[in-house]
Amino acid sequence: MADLHFSDAEPTASERRAVLAALSVDEASDGAVVVSHPRVVRAGMQRRKQMRHQLLPALHALQREAGWISPGGLNFVGRTLGVPPAEAYGVATFYEMFRTEAPAHELSVRHVCVDPICALAGAASLAEHLRSQGHAVHEGPCLGQCERAPAVFIQGRREPDRVPADGSGPDSLLVSVTASAPETPSLLRHMIGRDHGHSESMSMEAYRERGGGAALDAALSLGTDEVISQVTAAGLSGRGGAAFPTGIKWRAVADGEGPKHVVANIDESEPGTFKDRLLCELEPLAIIESIAVAGLTVGAEHGWIYIRGEYPLATQRLRYAIAQAHSAGWLGDDAAGSGQPFDIELRRGAGAYICGEETALFNSLEGFRGEPRNKPPFPTTHGLFGRPTVVNNPETLLNVNEILRIGPEAYRSVGTEGSPGTKLFCLSGHVGRPGLYEAPFGITLGELLGLAGGVQGTLAAVLLGGAAGSFVGPDAGELQLSLEDTRAAGTTLGSGPVMVFNDTADMSAVVERLAKFFRDESCGQCVPCRVGTVRQHELVTQIRRTGRSTEPQRELLGDIADAMGDASICGLGHTAASAVLSAMQLGLLGDTAS
Amino acid sequence: MTRSGENPRPAAETALVTLSIDGREVTVPEGETILAACTAADVETPTICWAPNLTPVNVCRVCVVELEGSRTLVPACSRPAEAGMQISTDSERVRHSRRMVLEFLGSANDLSQASEIADWSRTYGADPARYEGSADGGGDLPLRPEPERVDEPVRIQDDLYIRAYDRCVLCYKCVEACGDDAQHTFAIAVAGRGFDARIRTEYDAELPDSACVYCGNCVAVCPTGALQFRTEFDLRAVGEWRPDDQAVTRTVCSYCGVGCNLELHVQDERIVKVTSPADHSVTSGHLCIKGRFGWQYVHAPAFEPPTTSVTEH
Ligand SMILES: Cc1cc2nc3c(=O)[nH]c(=O)nc-3n(C[C@H](O)[C@H](O)[C@H](O)COP(=O)(O)O)c2cc1C
Ligand code: SF4
Ligand code: SF4
Ligand code: SF4
Ligand code: FES
Ligand code: FES
Repeated sequence: MADLHFSDAEPTASERRAVLAALSVDEASDGAVVVSHPRVVRAGMQRRKQMRHQLLPALHALQREAGWISPGGLNFVGRTLGVPPAEAYGVATFYEMFRTEAPAHELSVRHVCVDPICALAGAASLAEHLRSQGHAVHEGPCLGQCERAPAVFIQGRREPDRVPADGSGPDSLLVSVTASAPETPSLLRHMIGRDHGHSESMSMEAYRERGGGAALDAALSLGTDEVISQVTAAGLSGRGGAAFPTGIKWRAVADGEGPKHVVANIDESEPGTFKDRLLCELEPLAIIESIAVAGLTVGAEHGWIYIRGEYPLATQRLRYAIAQAHSAGWLGDDAAGSGQPFDIELRRGAGAYICGEETALFNSLEGFRGEPRNKPPFPTTHGLFGRPTVVNNPETLLNVNEILRIGPEAYRSVGTEGSPGTKLFCLSGHVGRPGLYEAPFGITLGELLGLAGGVQGTLAAVLLGGAAGSFVGPDAGELQLSLEDTRAAGTTLGSGPVMVFNDTADMSAVVERLAKFFRDESCGQCVPCRVGTVRQHELVTQIRRTGRSTEPQRELLGDIADAMGDASICGLGHTAASAVLSAMQLGLLGDTAS
Repeated sequence: MTRSGENPRPAAETALVTLSIDGREVTVPEGETILAACTAADVETPTICWAPNLTPVNVCRVCVVELEGSRTLVPACSRPAEAGMQISTDSERVRHSRRMVLEFLGSANDLSQASEIADWSRTYGADPARYEGSADGGGDLPLRPEPERVDEPVRIQDDLYIRAYDRCVLCYKCVEACGDDAQHTFAIAVAGRGFDARIRTEYDAELPDSACVYCGNCVAVCPTGALQFRTEFDLRAVGEWRPDDQAVTRTVCSYCGVGCNLELHVQDERIVKVTSPADHSVTSGHLCIKGRFGWQYVHAPAFEPPTTSVTEH
């Protein structure tokens, strides 16, 4: 690569220090930067890429220190990591949490969620109130705290990020239908009823007393083939939204050539979803254990956690858990006595829904713009750094722990034939008790709403699967919540959000906000989604304004939907019209005129 | 029109794959794309972001085709051809998505200088006016909000080329030419997200202050006139740009011993543009500042590259 050209802008001393601290690099007396980062990624890449995967941590450090990514700071990061400034700028401008213009204040920034559940709960007036108190406010998408709406996240300026509701409010509600029977799978079993503010319950010792570590022991004694065959026999499918069979994914990566990677996808940004946050906050060592199980089973050396930037408590607890796992010998050159090296590194996202898409996640983690890659090739052969990669949602990984604990047959004792096991549902909106509910697949929507204290008021609609999902009407109480039944009904469970709206909700405002969400979150790479989401939002806005839709408008919406669904690169574009179309069919967007 | 006919000839031992394009069997070397198979079957495929001398980025999606067994359409330009594939290139689904891509671009960009895209838009019946306000709002109803367009001033920052990003369809070709695929200068990249994504230098720095070395390779690959040589821009401004009156002469660049082929485009006895053939073995269509702009000495006594911006590499 040719020498890079930088402008004359220099970093401030504090920007330099912040970046060097974040990169765990040292500065020699002559100002040269000496990299002493313990983890070198050995995947046959050029040096540029070896360093470049630290771009996001470096940008986070600059943003926190200076309140923006200044030209001098960007130059310093680019020089240090070997990233051309135009590309580093392209990365910085991709994320909600990074600014590239100097802020007019020295304040931490309060991110206020304006997505549907928080909007119902008064997000707009909360934002107004915070502004009137002199706070810097940024209104943005779902913050993954829908059970305690309206949600706020504070992005710290020279102070750690934090969520005001953490520790101050009551604990989030957890309910599990299966927790009382030991021979059934239950992810929440040991999380329910514990004092989570109590740091001792987060220790390795306490975790072991709850039965922690058994999955790792079982995985090592069973070996790769047996673990994968149990996961396959249990019929486990991915819980991140796409429901891909986990056994097939693991087999393919186990059969691939090293070096290999395992990635826990904790980007959780689907509006209405907050389960992964709670799992990580309440049992972080189980997440670490499950990643180690995956890594040692498929023969990966590198484990990664990619967690959304707005989850400071979960991040802190996962970091603590990684440190404990090191001390316990689970991670390192001889991980858990397996004879194999395995380690886990944590990376924070910076505010971009699209980075939950697995290939966008790889690009983001590698220090490139979070633009999805075309598939094929698939991650199982060409994943992170171009190597075979298992990427799983943490709920999926915890299910593997349960399969290893009770065996595939007991695992299948709950759920349906086509969807064995349990599912975590995130209940929010107009229900009696919003919170996290674990229930066997196949529970009806009516039963689930009943568990959650029933609908408040008169039900208008339920949004299943989040922004990427679809609305069902008040008559859907009998709908069985399994993969096969929702598919047959033309809807989806997605990652498990269940957003409930009664007849006081302005449904056309909800739909317009969902359309805006896709317009804002499209990465912009491909034409059908980049322009289609804008045209869709414009049409929905217009229909809402007039209170009714005309035939040409409906035809245009259908044409846009078909093109986005058929010709987009990734799942964001493929699903960007589904909530809008279902709302139209249910009459949530006003009358239809000819 | 972009075509894949220039693809390198297969070595004798290369395996071949046979697939069906619109019911016709074609055989191409393994590793070739569906696009190459379409070309081999004499089926024309619209492309915007693909070029024979660049790595496919498959972002414009105008080349999509229907692949039997695939839930969605697939991009012909990048998807490798596999034995037994059943491809339809003219189904209702394919025509719909192609039309919509062209219509979307027409509704967002100034395509007045993108003659190929305009041709394809006619072929597929794209009607960007469908997105404009009024009529279907109906009678006394308020107008539909104006569809958002890519709104950008023309950037004229030197004598060599201009950038008019309201014409930019974000095909990534210039980024590729400036980066890994040719120049390795990385002066420009995509910045921003979604509809606000734009081609930018860092902080939108003026070109002479950026890493740009004025090789003009980005200009040569731009399909829309968003990047345009200053000569062409100035002639168009006075209505004097007449491609039909231009003669193209091939020569070899005399600045160094590499042997780059140049194509001199001459109008009214003046050189108005220099290109290099995309299939030329030395250049693959890419040149340096001397070959691309050094002809100015033919007309002016002293050729001075914009030294303020040229960095040593
Ligand atoms: C726009 C988009 C966003 C996504 N976000 C997430 C996410 O936040 N978490 C997640 O686990 N999967 C997400 N996915 C799905 C992932 O691409 C991938 O399928 C999943 O992580 C695989 O894990 P699983 O098999 O355990 O579900 C997203 C997909 C798309 C298209
Ligand atoms: S579908 Fe949307 S989010 Fe996905 S690659 Fe295309 S523009 Fe990006
Ligand atoms: S002229 Fe050459 S160096 Fe300058 S932006 Fe274009 S491709 Fe890059
Ligand atoms: S400037 Fe031209 S080459 Fe670059 S992305 Fe835009 S249209 Fe493509
Ligand atoms: S946190 Fe506001 S909708 Fe999820
Ligand atoms: S030409 Fe194939 S996607 Fe652009």
